[in-house]
This record gives sequence, structure tokens and C-alpha cells, in this order.
Amino acid sequence: MDILEKEKRLDALEEKLAQLEDDSAIQDLRIEIEDYKRQTMQNLTAWDRVLLARHKRRPTARDVIDNVFNTFVELHGDRLYADDKAVIGGIAEIEHQVVTVIGEQKGRNTEENIERNFGMPHPEGYRKARRLMRQAAKFKRPIVTLIDTPGAFPGIGAESRGQSHAIAENLYEMSNLGVPIISLVIGEGGSGGALAIGVANQLYMLENSIFSILSPEGYASILWKDASLAEQAAEVMKLTSYDLREFDLLEGILEEPAGGFQRDPKPVYRDIRTTLVQSLAHLSQKSPFEIKTGRYAKYRNMGFFQRFNYENLKGMV
Amino acid sequence: MRAEEGQKRRLMKQAFEARRRFRARHRTYRGETSPLKHVGVPEGLYEKCKRCGERFVKDDILENKMVCPSCDSHFRLRAIDRLNMTVDEGTFIEKGLGYISLNPLFQEDYEQKLAENRERTGADEAFIYGYGEIKGIPCVLGVLDSHFMMGSMGSVVGEKVVKSVEYALVRRLPLVLFIASGGARMQEGIYSLMQMAKTAGAIQKLNQQDLLYISILTHPTTGGVSASFASLGDIILAEPEALIGFAGPRVIKQTIKQELPEGFQSAEFLLEKGMLDKIVHRHAMKDTLYRLLYLHEKGARL
Repeated sequence: MDILEKEKRLDALEEKLAQLEDDSAIQDLRIEIEDYKRQTMQNLTAWDRVLLARHKRRPTARDVIDNVFNTFVELHGDRLYADDKAVIGGIAEIEHQVVTVIGEQKGRNTEENIERNFGMPHPEGYRKARRLMRQAAKFKRPIVTLIDTPGAFPGIGAESRGQSHAIAENLYEMSNLGVPIISLVIGEGGSGGALAIGVANQLYMLENSIFSILSPEGYASILWKDASLAEQAAEVMKLTSYDLREFDLLEGILEEPAGGFQRDPKPVYRDIRTTLVQSLAHLSQKSPFEIKTGRYAKYRNMGFFQRFNYENLKGMV
Repeated sequence: MRAEEGQKRRLMKQAFEARRRFRARHRTYRGETSPLKHVGVPEGLYEKCKRCGERFVKDDILENKMVCPSCDSHFRLRAIDRLNMTVDEGTFIEKGLGYISLNPLFQEDYEQKLAENRERTGADEAFIYGYGEIKGIPCVLGVLDSHFMMGSMGSVVGEKVVKSVEYALVRRLPLVLFIASGGARMQEGIYSLMQMAKTAGAIQKLNQQDLLYISILTHPTTGGVSASFASLGDIILAEPEALIGFAGPRVIKQTIKQELPEGFQSAEFLLEKGMLDKIVHRHAMKDTLYRLLYLHEKGARL
């Protein structure tokens, strides 16, 4: 039984709770619900977390922006081709600190999702993000990015306008910005499409978000020639927040309530807010040079391999 | 305890193998036989062109720089053949030896696959780089070999690309990279993804020191490699008909559920869209590189 079925049962219980009038019955049912949550909504499998990260009621980048930041003015367009609605960006304020916010935006229903292209940006989206980042650097504003995309869009238009070039340019640009970049994975972090706004001084993940090199479906279909093995793929791909923390690629995990972000977003928003304020305060003490070199050094050291020193092997072979 | 010993023994064995390859390779650069294996075809005397179907004697094809004499289609090259075609004889000195991939996600089969690929190609990993001269002009040359796990970028390839950039920075030499890759290496998961940021950041360093970087996209250049250092060349060249793009054609077809136009994602298509500087035939590659390097060297002196 996966997490979505469990959630359905929980929803049914909660619906029942709303209809009850007798006090003692309400009390009993509350206890039952809490018990149920404790028993079933903890120790989630990787696949459960994938499902939660893709949950259709999960708050989107726009929800996070509206609830975490004070004022937000959205800015549009890449000045080259179009305005990509899968990427939103603008200027916002958080605790008297002005920042540039860039996020990958999924829709909240089918209609919105079609408009937002299911959160899969085209090159113009990445170029919009790059424009806003340069602008942020000009005005010395820190940058906060919210990652939530299945990946960069694979389509004819996207390829014709240079999808890989757009992503590469973003990685290139972000490694050299003198303002702090803080990234938060709020849902799916899918491959290069997510990394293109995620080269950060500090990277955070929500507990039930994922960050991976490609979707579990893609992995299963390429390595095992069968996309239906996605569930097993999710387990071996090491894509949950806890896996990434183990690899030491994260600054922190923000916990979610039992059953996921969508069940009770308020405390998570509060948590995001305090985390952002703290890390902005920490990073703002550093000089632009330190910010730049610190970020490059962080990525320079990422990798897992072995190097043999031939000098040490002299005489042995 | 026993597990630890097993681990140690395995690593030692890998080290010995690496040493053997290292020694063998040094013989090559002194002009003796090559440990890196020639010719990207199965055993046999003849080779068949995949496009026109004609059969040729293998030596003739190699003489013709692995280009089909009748239909001009470019075959995929092994790293050693690419180096022999590009670098002046006897000038190449390989750097960054001894890097071995580990298995960070504990994936089944991965170590075995790596061992097979090492055996088959005679190389440590998919990327080799070093110092070389092109018609007398010194430069740093790197080659991604699509015969080694599709030239995919894992931690070692990422690290070696960055090392090649750092070597170019220290020696203040232009960097020339030949790219042929299916993308990031899935078996190393998130580590492979992070190599994209790492290599792109390294190219940024090169840019800040005003050094030239020429990337040559050959068949195929897709995924995480094309979306990082491959697309960041000051000058981007490509071989004719090479497949170049972010997503592979199969994925695109599945996503948009319609047929792709003919020639989509080919080098010619990208040239038309303004994503490349020039398409260069393999026979003219060395000359073109020489001319570009010469012009930049000249510019620097003034």
C-alpha cells in the first residue's frame, strides 16, 4: 500500500471527524487518527517520497513565495524570445532583507498545469532566470531559488532554441555571482533542469522532496528497459533528502508534518522562513569574493572516486 | 574485518591493473605499440558502413580517418585514434592518470561494467587529457571516448575535465576538448549531476583568465555533458551529422507524441539555429584547429 492510498484512508477518517457531534466520539476518533498517522506515515519508502514530492495538492513555488515572503513583485520575460510560465521570478522582501526569488512553477490543477507546462521550463525560462540573477547581482540582492520541476522540457522548440546551451550558461553564470544563492528543493528536483537554478552556497531540501539525475521512470527504462519498475528504481537511486544529507551535499533538511507538506503547510512555511532568514544573515557577513570562491570550492570538491598514486606503488608491480 | 581485507585486496588489484595500463601507455607515447585499443569495430578484417551498407577493409577506413569513402559518414572514434589524427606525432603527454571510478550508490553490476570497459578500451576512464601540439602549437587536449560507457560523465570524468582546465590555467595554454557523450552517468546518481556544475564552474575560471577554449562536438553529444562544459566553448565546432542536443530523440518523441522532423538535432540543424560556429569535416579538423589556435596566438602577441 503506497502513501496515496494511506492518505485516502486518512482523508476518510478526517471527513468522519468533521461530521461527528458527540464530544467523546470526537475525542476517540482524534486518537485513532493520531495513531493511524504514527503507524503509517513514518518511515516512508523512497517511492512514497517520490509520490509525495509529486502530490497534486503539494504547495507550489508560488504558494511558498506568497506565504514566506512579505511583498513580491513578479517580473517577466527573458528579453530574447518569450516569457516562460514554468519559471517565476521577481523581487521580494523577507525580514527587512530584499531578495530576488526564482522558482520553478507547477500548476495547481490540470488547466494551470497546461499553462505552466507541468513545471518543465523551456530555454526562455532559464534565460529569464539568468537575467534576474544578473539583475540581483547588480543590485547586491541575495538570490533564493525554489526548485520544483520534473526536468527541462524535451521538445522540438526547446531543442531548437538551445536547451542545453541555456542550462550550461546558467551553471556558468551562477558559479561566478558575487551575491549569496540559497536553494530550496520544495518538490521534485529533476536533473539538469533543476540544477540550472540550483548552484547554491547553501542547499536545503524539504523532507519529502527528491533530487535526482533523472526520473525513476527514466532510470528504469534506460537501465532495465522497463519504465514500470520505477518503484524499485526509486529505492536504488538514492534520491531522497536523507540520502543527499548522507552524501554531505545538503546544508539541511526541513521537516514536514506526517503525511506530507500538503496536509499542514503552515509550520513548514514558518520553518522555511526562519531557515532563510538565518542563512541570509550568515551569508551576508561574507564578502562577495568569499561568496564566489566558497561556492566554487564547494562544487569543485564534489565527487566520489579514487586516485592511485603511482609513486607509492613503485617496486610493488 | 574480513570484509575490510577483501576491500583492500580489491583496491590493490585495481591499482595493479591501473599501473599496468599506465606503464603500457607510456610505451605508446614513445612511439611504440598502443595499449589503448584502435578502431571502434568488432574483430574482423572488414568494416561495414552503417549508413550506406558498403564493406571496406578496416585498414583502408582507418587510413581515411574512419570516414566512409563512399558516403562520407563519420564513424565513431576511439580516443587513441582521435589523438593520432589531431596531435603531432610523439608530442602527446598524458596527464591525470590513475583515476578510478568507485561505486557511490552501491549499484549492482556497476563495478563489473567498469572493469569490462577498462579491459575493452584499455583506458582508465572515458576521458583522457594531456599536453599536445597541433602543427607545433602547444595546447591542452582532452578526448571523451564514447566507447567507454557511452562517454558518460561520472565523478572521474568530471574531475578530469576540471583537472584539464586547471592544467591549462597553470600552463596558460588553450584548451581543446573533443566531446562524445551520452550524458551524465546514471549509476553515480546525484554525484554525476553535480559534475555539471563543477565543470561549468571550471570553464568560468578559464574565461576569467582570458584563455581560449574550443569544444568540438562529435556524435553523440547529449544530456548532462552537452548541458555543461560542451556548450560553453569560446568556439564550438562540430563534425558533420553528429547528434547534438539535450534530450535524446526517443525521449522527445515519447513526450510530444509526434514524429520529429528529418535531420532534427543534427549538427546541420544546430548550425542553422545558430548554436554552432562551424561544421568541420574530419579531414579538415586538424587544419582548422591549427588555424584557430594560430590566430589566437597571434592575437595575444599584439
